[in-house]
Amino acid sequence: MPRRRVVVTGLGLITPLGNSVKESWDGILAGKSGIAPIEHFDTTGFSTQFGGSVKGFDVSEYMPAKDARKMDTFIQYGMAAAIQAVDDAGLECTEENAARIGVAIGSGIGGLPMIEANHNNLQAKGPRKISPFFVPGSIINMISGNLAIRFGFQGPNIAITTACTTGTHNIGYSARTIAYGDADVMIAGGAEMATTPLGLGGFAAARALSTRNDSPETASRPWDADRDGFVLSDGAGVLVLEEYEHAKARGATIYAELTGFGMSDDAYHMTSPPEDGRGAAASMANAVKDAGLNPEQLDYINAHGTSTPAGDVAESRAVEKVMGDAAKSVAVSSTKSMIGHLLGAAGAVEAVFSILAIRDQVAPPTINLENPAEGCNLDYVPHTARDMKVEHALSNSFGFGGTNGSLLFSKV
Amino acid sequence: MSTIEERVKKIVSEQLGVKEEEITNASSFVDDLGADSLDTVELVMALEEEFETEIPDEEAEKITTVQEAIDYVVSHQ
Repeated sequence: MPRRRVVVTGLGLITPLGNSVKESWDGILAGKSGIAPIEHFDTTGFSTQFGGSVKGFDVSEYMPAKDARKMDTFIQYGMAAAIQAVDDAGLECTEENAARIGVAIGSGIGGLPMIEANHNNLQAKGPRKISPFFVPGSIINMISGNLAIRFGFQGPNIAITTACTTGTHNIGYSARTIAYGDADVMIAGGAEMATTPLGLGGFAAARALSTRNDSPETASRPWDADRDGFVLSDGAGVLVLEEYEHAKARGATIYAELTGFGMSDDAYHMTSPPEDGRGAAASMANAVKDAGLNPEQLDYINAHGTSTPAGDVAESRAVEKVMGDAAKSVAVSSTKSMIGHLLGAAGAVEAVFSILAIRDQVAPPTINLENPAEGCNLDYVPHTARDMKVEHALSNSFGFGGTNGSLLFSKV
Repeated sequence: MSTIEERVKKIVSEQLGVKEEEITNASSFVDDLGADSLDTVELVMALEEEFETEIPDEEAEKITTVQEAIDYVVSHQ
């Protein structure tokens, strides 16, 4: 039996650049930074005091306040992006198709704000002050759960959690679920809101974050010689994936085809990649092979490109390893230079940008790349977006635990 | 200073997302105001907070209407 084809028919975004796909993508193409000082808690004493917060988000556009109160912020962001994507796809859930529509939306960390608030209540006032909504309001699979309840989706319901590869793995898994025949439509992606005292403090303690407090908007500078860590950000990205014939039959707008998915692990260190980027290379090569393409056919790579000293070099090595001479001609950019690192949402948000790169035939820029560092020799599309042919776009995500994932999208 | 009745209704309104004018003393949290079992637990916690009291679980279970909440607060002032 030939493998069922999987296409993208809906998109949704909540990012530091805007609370819709259009606002976020316009900001990306304009090379805008969404990074700013953190204002939702007192950052006194923190070595990093800025991040990529979501601004002006009004949850009442998506659900009654009564329901929102029972969902931690990452769930609200995930629900909002998913509702956007379902609307964008024009998807109707009916008695006939409900069991064939599933959800796979994860988070890297989950409900830190509620965990912190309830722990504070426990410490200050005792166990009777823990909210009955603490557990269902903070656990990671509750975007998938709440979305199914809202729309009636009765198909597979799951939430993969693999640190910064979460969004990518949920999308890749969803594509396989459709290809295998377990569902005709999957709502897939990731969401995160970990810019809390514990989240910011934890990543700072791991020395993972940029400390460029005097200039937040230039702090995320992938491949630049002066990069000093990533920028912690919030938001969500969700795709509607659909079996090709199913999408055609209902006259859906098809953005792109998800042609390849690859995975691997570094098997090396908890938080650092090996210098040669071999795990990343294996993930990329697996995605290209899955798509039945040759590496030199890649036009654009939306890199993991977090702006960390080790990660950026390793990924550059990986691209060279996979593509050989063609590495010189592929456009590689990091949209994290503008929105920072959305952890479990990153892969999903960047998948959306990769898909839009195909739709609009444009490579998003890498901003803040003033002086490429030693060992960073690729075409990183510095400063400004570039109109170009994009038939095949690859999106990379690499996470703590050495877990890697790559998605390959192609023009239909 | 609001009356106990007004304060109870305000909390019920906030917790259950129901307009105050739709709440009567006879309203049942579950049957009339759309609460589920978790909502009622949180509602009791909010009443405890507002009236600076502690409502034991066996008492809380008996508070199923607005009037019963008002009565409980009045009798434990």
